[in-house]
Amino acid sequence: MNISIVLILLLAGAAFTFFAGNKFASKIALLVSVASFVFTLYALNLYLNGADLSCKSIWIQNPKIYFSLAVDGLSLAMLLLTTGLLPLIILSGWVTKFENEKAIYSLVLFMAFAMAGTFLAADGLLYYVFWELALIPIYFIALLWGNGSLEERKNAILKFFIYTFGGSLFMLVAFVYLYQKAGSLEIESLYALALTETEKTWLFLAFFLAYAIKIPLIPFHTWQANTYSKAPAIGTMLLSGIMLKMGLYSVLRWQLPITDTAAKEFMPYILGVSIAGVIYGAVLTLRQKNLKKLLAYSSLSHVGLIAAGLYSLTIEGFQGAVLQMLSHGLVIVGLFFVSEIIFNRWNTYTISEMGGIRSQATKFASFFMILVLASVAMPTTFNFVGEFTILYSLYNVNIGFAIVAGTTIILGAFYMLRMYQQTMLGETNTKVFADVTIVEGLVLLVIVVLVFFFGLYPKPIIELITPSLQNILNQIN
Amino acid sequence: MQSILEQVGIGNYIILSALLFCIGAFGILYRRNAIIMFMSIEIMLNAVNLLLVAFSTYHQDASGQVFVFFTMAVAAAEVAVGLAILVSIYRNIGNIDIDNLKNLKG
Amino acid sequence: MNTTSLIVLLFAPLIGFLINVFFGRKMSKNLSGVVGTASVLLSFVITLLLFFSVKQPITLHLSEWFSIGKLAVNFDFVFDQLSILWLLFVTGIGTLIHIYSISYMHDDENMYKFFAYLNLFIFFMITLVAGSNLLIMFIGWEGVGLCSYLLIGFWYKNQDYNDAAKKAFIMNRIGDLGFLIGIFILGFATNTLEFSGIQQAIDVDGVVSTSGWYSIAAFCLFVGACGKSAQLPLYTWLPDAMAGPTPVSALIHAATMVTAGIFMITRMNFLFDIAPIVQNIIAVVGVTTALVAASIGLVQNDIKKVLAYSTVSQLGLMFLALGLGAYQVAVFHVITHAFFKACLFLGSGSVIHALHGEQDMRKMGGLRGSMKITYITFLIATLAIAGLPPFAGFWSKDEILLTAFHENKVLWVLATIASIMTAFYMFRLLYLTFFNEFRGTEEQKKHLHESPSLITFPLIVLAVLSALGGLISLPFGNSWLNHYLMPIFAHKEHAEHHLGATEYGLMAFAVLGALIGIGIAYNLYMKKKEVPTSDEVQGLHKVLSNKYYIDEIYMAIIVTPIYGLASFSKNFIEKYISKSVFGLGNVVSVLSIQGKKVQNGNVGFYLFAFVFSISAFLIYLFLIR
Repeated sequence: MNISIVLILLLAGAAFTFFAGNKFASKIALLVSVASFVFTLYALNLYLNGADLSCKSIWIQNPKIYFSLAVDGLSLAMLLLTTGLLPLIILSGWVTKFENEKAIYSLVLFMAFAMAGTFLAADGLLYYVFWELALIPIYFIALLWGNGSLEERKNAILKFFIYTFGGSLFMLVAFVYLYQKAGSLEIESLYALALTETEKTWLFLAFFLAYAIKIPLIPFHTWQANTYSKAPAIGTMLLSGIMLKMGLYSVLRWQLPITDTAAKEFMPYILGVSIAGVIYGAVLTLRQKNLKKLLAYSSLSHVGLIAAGLYSLTIEGFQGAVLQMLSHGLVIVGLFFVSEIIFNRWNTYTISEMGGIRSQATKFASFFMILVLASVAMPTTFNFVGEFTILYSLYNVNIGFAIVAGTTIILGAFYMLRMYQQTMLGETNTKVFADVTIVEGLVLLVIVVLVFFFGLYPKPIIELITPSLQNILNQIN
Repeated sequence: MQSILEQVGIGNYIILSALLFCIGAFGILYRRNAIIMFMSIEIMLNAVNLLLVAFSTYHQDASGQVFVFFTMAVAAAEVAVGLAILVSIYRNIGNIDIDNLKNLKG
Repeated sequence: MNTTSLIVLLFAPLIGFLINVFFGRKMSKNLSGVVGTASVLLSFVITLLLFFSVKQPITLHLSEWFSIGKLAVNFDFVFDQLSILWLLFVTGIGTLIHIYSISYMHDDENMYKFFAYLNLFIFFMITLVAGSNLLIMFIGWEGVGLCSYLLIGFWYKNQDYNDAAKKAFIMNRIGDLGFLIGIFILGFATNTLEFSGIQQAIDVDGVVSTSGWYSIAAFCLFVGACGKSAQLPLYTWLPDAMAGPTPVSALIHAATMVTAGIFMITRMNFLFDIAPIVQNIIAVVGVTTALVAASIGLVQNDIKKVLAYSTVSQLGLMFLALGLGAYQVAVFHVITHAFFKACLFLGSGSVIHALHGEQDMRKMGGLRGSMKITYITFLIATLAIAGLPPFAGFWSKDEILLTAFHENKVLWVLATIASIMTAFYMFRLLYLTFFNEFRGTEEQKKHLHESPSLITFPLIVLAVLSALGGLISLPFGNSWLNHYLMPIFAHKEHAEHHLGATEYGLMAFAVLGALIGIGIAYNLYMKKKEVPTSDEVQGLHKVLSNKYYIDEIYMAIIVTPIYGLASFSKNFIEKYISKSVFGLGNVVSVLSIQGKKVQNGNVGFYLFAFVFSISAFLIYLFLIR
């Protein structure tokens, strides 16, 4: 077996879902996503037993481009995140009634296909194609099934599309240049390439623009909050849970190893920008009236911390960043699902219209509380391991960075608890709020269990990712 | 016996056709009447034809003259189409002053 | 002791929590109370067995947690004298308060949740105390903070209570950041987070090479302790935390959780010993807190607020002892304080229960007659906290004063003033609550009653302990406590103060001070029968009533600027960035609008452009190039 089976499964699943018709689309999509997850687990098992799962064949003769997928611990971890979150995301869609279900579910699967491809691709052009391919489905998902008026939606989504697409073009330029130099875009040959420091600086900046927009780092984040609030929950989950991690993953896989000296040179500045983003995102949440926007800015804050971990160029930073990518993916999907559950009941995202839910929906309140606690990195949750590791790596760089970035645990607690208080607590609301249904409960339960499980036993993941991270670090040094 | 070309000299032919071409070009830029502009275009075309014939003789190569026949044939067709367009413009707006043709803008 | 019983000791409260969370709603109220109590009692019994059997520290390795870089963190626990001592009174007082709560919370519809949270709290407290490395301690540290949050905001329908809960959590988090940074420094410097490992590393290289970083680490840990143990400048959450049910105030905000900071510093004593500057800071912060909180306590009218400020003040005294390096004295005061303060809180709870939720002392009075047991136990605890012999508080407080006297006279004077104030406001509370006429409504008066035995039983036990607790460390040589804790402080020379004339003089002076405080209170509230009024207080009194305006100051210099920054970011920076992104798009559209003008439909112009460009091109090709 090689890993392309997972990709083929997702792609075929997307087509099959579309042709299965509206009636069965959601069920088939779930089935496909579960199957892809099972296959990923099987691949993981094979990988741990030392099997080679990579796949390589010539794609374009001239220029020489390979259809090349490589598997290591890091990409497997990201693949697990993708295919693991996918069933949850699809199941969460069951709660909402979509028009033209076959289209949306097939787009979701197609997007998962593109994102999984991004995490696996080992040839620059292939990677770039997957990277851009992932934009197309989310554009349609957000445009056709989003919230708010069509005009607003169009504006927000178009801005997002052009913004990220424009950033990526710089990456394409970088790849074209690299091809000129190396005569191939295979990741191995790019790693082996000897470049001058000036070249690396320019390449670094070109990559940085693409990734800074995608991650997003300040000041490239302005697409985020609007897109998140306009996209339907299912799209927001895909965006925040998985797509953001594409940028972070790419930093690790492509940017840092190829442009190592520039990365070292720029490290303090980019750490500064990332950490400024941590504070800035956290501060902005305090003035948000819309629950989804609040979560979007909290995500900005968390992602800034992850980026800081990556750009710290230490093994601890890498480990922490990857752990935090996984845990943030889980928790943010849960939180957006929570906001969707409230929206389904009360048809609003406005925080001031909420409140007094806890007394009506105990289970829901408990799930929400646990997610909030995970988001503020309570020890024993998965997020704590990641956040602790990242902050520790920042301390290794400079104590000042650790202290400033560490304020996230204060500000995070501030805005998350404030949000929880405003949405859930207080006198029983006059509007009726039904407690979670079985499907909703199942999604939240899985997330909560995973958050605690990996919070107490993160060892398998750390062991999975550490060797490949060590390779990347060696490549940088 | 000297041929005409040798008597006159290739340089004069070039100057003549350049002059003709400039007259045509100037006419196009200066005049506003579509018919006259059309004629200016024909002058330019014929300047080129003259040059082609002259060089064809100069180089003892008949292919230049073949080209001239081609050009003349195409020019004749062009005049037929062009004049038809002018007539229809005249029918529409009552004159053929090109300053009145701003509707061509998209 | 075998491993199984240790695991039971650790996890019994967690099991209790899980049972109550998942099945609590279906169980009867009494059953959930019994489950909660039994699980803690089980831990207590095992701790007792441990206490009598363990001579050497035993460690318990559960599993690995994670390892990053060179740092490996495991779920390891250590049961040595210090942790067993702490476990003993945590689970012991915990059991009593669980028993108390069965009756106290009986009317609450969410009683099972209450017991669930209490059990969870005990679980995290055990984790905190028994953890054998800093990060396990940190789990407990954050966990008790969480439980404190949940329990302060237990009546979540009241947003003021939720605010108090949130405030407690966030202020604790400020301290936690300090704690984390301390962990980073120690982890980086020593490559381990185990207490024993750090101690070894410090013994090897501490004083010589990197003592600067160790001092910073000690300071950071102290910041953490400040948050959890409510010291200046992070103490303001504790008085607000009285929004929670009274048993919570007794258990978490008086007896156990707030002493976590003292526990941590005692646990890390080897680190603080090599950082004398930090020790000085601790002593100064401690005595200042004691003084400030006691002075605010003088004028409070809410019975629980008085006790809360008194807790802050007493914690300050403990920190003074820590700062002076007298760890065993601080531990001694922690224990006696746990006894009498729990007793006081539970007594006040009993009063509040009898008055159906009234907390204002101005509307109490004369309860001596109708609530005999509550009154007597309360009296004993008050005598203990005021520092009258032979009650427990006298011995422990006197040791602190004695140490301060030997180390630094200024600290001694300040601590003595704080003690006199304590005696005053505690007797003020006693007189206002239990003496003179009842000042509440007739309706309340009819229903005045002694609380049921589930409430009075814990009171009696705690009162006995408040009376006799001093026996564990009498100053006449051969203190049992000092001897018991010897292994923890093994590395330093042990100094028990030799009792000379000075010491006896100081004791007498301390008693005299307490009597002065009591005398003033007696004069004001018994002889003149004054009842404090809320309106029109002037001068210093007004400043004290408003708690030195510290909350307002924090609001003005921290919270408001953050909100201001948020507004500024949202309304200005965010817009500006957004505009500049759109600006790029606008550049394109402006260019295209300008470019569109070229295509004006004028045939003449097109021809001109055509001819001109061709000519220019030809000129360039043939003439210029």
